Amino acid sequence: MLVLIVVNSPNWEEVKEQFFNWRVFKNSFPDIAEAFKTNVKLFLTAEVFILVLALFLAVLRSLPGPVFFPLRVLSTAYTDVFRGIPTILLVYLLGFGVPGLQLSGVPNSQFFWAAVALVLVYSAYVAEVYRAGIESIHPSQAAAARSLGLTHAQSMRYVVLPQAVRRVIPPLLNDFIGLQKDTALVALLGVVEAFRQSQIESAGAFNHTPYLATALLFLLLTIPLTRFTDWLIARNRRRELARA
Amino acid sequence: MSGKPAVELEDVHKSFGRTDVLRGIDLAVAEHEVVCLIGASGSGKSTLLRCVNLLEPLDRGRILLDGEEITAGGVDVNRVRREIGIVFQSYNLFPHMSVLGNVTLGPRKALGLSRAAAEARADELFARFGLEDKRDAYPDSLSGGQQQRVAIVRALALRPRLMLLDEITSALDPELVAEVLNVVRELAKGGMTMLIATHEMAFARDIADRVCFLDEGVILEEGPPARIFSSPQEPRTQQFLARIVEAGRL
Repeated sequence: MLVLIVVNSPNWEEVKEQFFNWRVFKNSFPDIAEAFKTNVKLFLTAEVFILVLALFLAVLRSLPGPVFFPLRVLSTAYTDVFRGIPTILLVYLLGFGVPGLQLSGVPNSQFFWAAVALVLVYSAYVAEVYRAGIESIHPSQAAAARSLGLTHAQSMRYVVLPQAVRRVIPPLLNDFIGLQKDTALVALLGVVEAFRQSQIESAGAFNHTPYLATALLFLLLTIPLTRFTDWLIARNRRRELARA
Repeated sequence: MSGKPAVELEDVHKSFGRTDVLRGIDLAVAEHEVVCLIGASGSGKSTLLRCVNLLEPLDRGRILLDGEEITAGGVDVNRVRREIGIVFQSYNLFPHMSVLGNVTLGPRKALGLSRAAAEARADELFARFGLEDKRDAYPDSLSGGQQQRVAIVRALALRPRLMLLDEITSALDPELVAEVLNVVRELAKGGMTMLIATHEMAFARDIADRVCFLDEGVILEEGPPARIFSSPQEPRTQQFLARIVEAGRL
């Protein structure tokens, strides 16, 4: 239906030429695919740091007792701030701001600061995912661990976290998909990644087809991962039902 | 009771918000003694056990283990808990670990035993309680009775000097109760000091050296099972036991 409306629109021929030009697609695709490697490198690197930093934040937030109140507040403040700032702003601020300071010993690479911005934002989201996982583990599990003489840290490490992480793998993958798409934001800093490359190609050919090529590349990556996530969710549900 | 007390509770108070759950409990359990706590749901039996295992802080009073005040500030709660085993109504096995993993976790991480030593200790217990063939099974493939036996073995693996059993058969299908109770009988025969909260009156009468009737956070009446079950003195105890008899559970 939608396809029919689009194809029969008055200006379809021109749009077709502008966005679905096979010749331009063929010409631009290799360079865009090459630039897409930068996106892949970026999200793979960032994801490693995100998973570690977020877990650290979530564990800080679950520390018991009044002694750790300051650490809990710190962790909460972190997630509040970095979830609240639009990613695009943080990419700008860090990508242009920090190298602009010309501090010695601080990396000036914009790729580096783009990665830092993504790590800061996504670790705030992912910390909340971990926290939800930790809180979903019934307190009786921690009580059983503590009753065996395990310390809080040990009961976290051996009993709570292994179950919590397993339970939140699907939402973690969701955030990972989000991260993959957001790597396009670093184009703002002039880092040549797929989206920036398609801008270049598009300007050279006076044609928008390169954007389509980029979109296609992202889809090739995100769709299989989305399907995999759905499969995991369905499997988890089956297991929960079988247990109940 | 003969022997020195293994555990002593003195004037123990505990409330949750405005609900006073324990309102002054005094109780001493001698070494090798088996004490059963009976009473209606909400009378404070579970809370009492959780307090002894330091899972709940007291509002008032103190608890001594072998004469040492374990509720004092600065006491290493992890060391105390290694001395006291507790088994819960809902088993609380770790679902992501095999039976062997469940049983060896405490000895390895809390006692610092090597894997081999912890496994040897576990295998000894599996043999004693007929769980050898479940060694590598995961909890969700076991029956409730088997899970509860594993939970008991998990607590025993730390070689505690006191066992707390918190209504360990309440969540079980009737036909699975006996296998779990037999484990407890075996423990009693071995001289284990136990404090048992239970609804199984016939079992309590059979196994207990002493029965305590808890009512609204105090021990209303205590004595040898023969006396408590056949000629209770307090009207509340009589009422409670009459209802149990009426339900055909005694």
